[in-house]
Amino acid sequence: MRNRSLLVLTTAIATGALTLSACGSRDDKGSGDNSGGSKATVVIGVDAPLTGSLSALGQGIKNSVDLAARTANDNKEVKGVTFKTEPLDDQAVPASGQQNATTLVADKAVLGVVGPLNSGVSQSMQGVFARAGLTQVSPANTSPELSQGPNWLKGQKTRPFKTYFRTATTDIIQGRFAAQYAHNDAKKTKAFVVDDKQTYGVGLSSIFAEEFKRLGGQVVGTDHITVKETDFSSVANKVKNSGADIVYFGGQYPEGGLLSDQVKRAGAHIPTMGGDGIYDPAFITASSESNDGDLGTSVGYPVDQLDSAKTFVKNYAAAGYKDPYAAYGGYSYDAAWAIVQAVKKAVEDNNGKLPADARDKVTAAMSKISFDGVTGKVSFDEFGDTTNKQLTVYQVKGDAWKSVKSATFQD
Amino acid sequence: MHALPQTLVSGLALGALYGLIAIGYTMVYGIVQLINFAHGEIVMIGGFGALTIHLWLPGDTPLAAALPLMLIGGAIASVAVATAAERFAYRPLRDAPRLAPLITAIGLSIALQQLVWAFYPDAKKSRGFPQFQGDSFELANNIHIQRDDLFVLIAAPLCMLALGLFVARSRTGRAMQATAQDPDTAKLMGINTDRIIVLAFAIGGAFAAVAAVAQGLRAGQINFEMGFILGLKAFTAAVLGGIGNIYGAMLGGVVLGIAEAASTTYIQNIPGMHQLGGGGWKDVWAFVLLILVLLIRPQGLLGERVADRA
Repeated sequence: MRNRSLLVLTTAIATGALTLSACGSRDDKGSGDNSGGSKATVVIGVDAPLTGSLSALGQGIKNSVDLAARTANDNKEVKGVTFKTEPLDDQAVPASGQQNATTLVADKAVLGVVGPLNSGVSQSMQGVFARAGLTQVSPANTSPELSQGPNWLKGQKTRPFKTYFRTATTDIIQGRFAAQYAHNDAKKTKAFVVDDKQTYGVGLSSIFAEEFKRLGGQVVGTDHITVKETDFSSVANKVKNSGADIVYFGGQYPEGGLLSDQVKRAGAHIPTMGGDGIYDPAFITASSESNDGDLGTSVGYPVDQLDSAKTFVKNYAAAGYKDPYAAYGGYSYDAAWAIVQAVKKAVEDNNGKLPADARDKVTAAMSKISFDGVTGKVSFDEFGDTTNKQLTVYQVKGDAWKSVKSATFQD
Repeated sequence: MHALPQTLVSGLALGALYGLIAIGYTMVYGIVQLINFAHGEIVMIGGFGALTIHLWLPGDTPLAAALPLMLIGGAIASVAVATAAERFAYRPLRDAPRLAPLITAIGLSIALQQLVWAFYPDAKKSRGFPQFQGDSFELANNIHIQRDDLFVLIAAPLCMLALGLFVARSRTGRAMQATAQDPDTAKLMGINTDRIIVLAFAIGGAFAAVAAVAQGLRAGQINFEMGFILGLKAFTAAVLGGIGNIYGAMLGGVVLGIAEAASTTYIQNIPGMHQLGGGGWKDVWAFVLLILVLLIRPQGLLGERVADRA
């Protein structure tokens, strides 16, 4: 009997190990072909939540970077260099992100990293990359302090990490844009502001509240919810009793979708508005309640409406990825392409060979690049932020997000 | 104070849900002194079992007709996993030091999550769960009861009644009480304690399936991570009510649910406490309550003082 239970235990462990390793190699398309013997291989690291509730966005980021690397290889964008991607899963957890950053830094072939999705995760990674001089380009971080330092609100902008860049606009722009739309276009006057206590959500919702009040609106209540919970009925009751005519939610779609539904089920038939964190199809399918009228802002113009994005959408479909490119696909592609361009510049400046201090050269080249990307003109300002200030308001109609207003942010 | 009745109704529905899950913790603990941390995952598996039945039924089946079948499907899935966990993960460790099964439970919890993540179709994101359509019922005085909350408000008392009768009246139920009091003597009296232990896991699993369906109806979605928070809250409820006592588990759940709802609504109205109120602090206040209760009654609200056998 003793042996038998040992056998069972071993089998269980083996099965578990196999399952876990299967998770690790979910799709290996990213490895690319590394056949050219004399060619140098440059690895673009990817850090995003590939599992868990935000995996819809993370998989889109991973695939889009992979597409950029493949395109660069097919076009022979940089002579003598083959690009590979190394996607790592951070599960939206800061500690995992830091661990992944350490892993990527240790690999000398990594010359740039795309990611992460969450501003909170980025905070734990920036320092690791900065010490190694490794370029990081986030397609989705919107928290202002990542690029402008902790005192940005007081106007003292200092760039904390010279290796940090992003293709996404900051919350300052997005939150104010949302407030302007809610007040001037949607004619809402009483907002109830909810956040999820995370870096992204708190920042975005406080900027929204400030701007909404500045424009003459009234914030009739604020509350906070906890990530991964599903019962927000008490908060929903408070929203109803406050008499608000719009709910602004700073947070991500898993909680946002449920909050919106529970507010409506509590009897308050008012729209919920949020940032790019809720702009995902999963926001609408969070429950069977209709989300008609809910609003979400996102950075840039709609990818499928931009002329520059048509090729991206076509190639993405042709590549046959299992998951859609989601909200950040275009920005991830542009982020990866920016790294490709920086590597190209570093190689060209070094007589067609990869320089010995490639990481420093790539970081230096980043601030000078400028190209027409999927999401428009891609270049970075003195803080590493994108110079692209286009935003779009989307509204839920039926079971899809439809763009209702695209504009360049005006102060 | 006009929000009080509504707060109580919301808290009661949430608390009854916690209570149903807490039964699973408390029954297993009462009999084998094991904290089955994988119980949250049993709930999650019950939810996916019920969803499978829903997807298998023709699309136009009314939800009221599908619900009993979904409950049966969920119960089959969660009872099967709960008893298999007992047989293959916990029984071999029954005589091992207490820490071994505890760590096993945590490992099992991660393994079950990953199995559903990897093998259930589309389980990598939240999967939609059917909900009753239509507005909530409005009682007098502006109190709303959601249609989906009605399910847990009816199912929880029925389940408790059935369990109470079973444990108090039936032969097997009395054998369970005997095993909980003293397993060795129970064995000498001819009680098949192994069978009783499996039964405790099975009942916990069945209650977990009811809770999973209730949670799916309330939130309109289930996902592979849902068991963690629910399990944690239900475990808290079991401790609050007095672990090992089935009525304590339900009472603990209801107290916890109402405490969460009330602290979200009221704490910030207390002068000077605005910063400490609202949904962000509800868990803090729920645990403050737990600590206060345990300071005054270390055995929990309805728990009996027992020698520490763990």
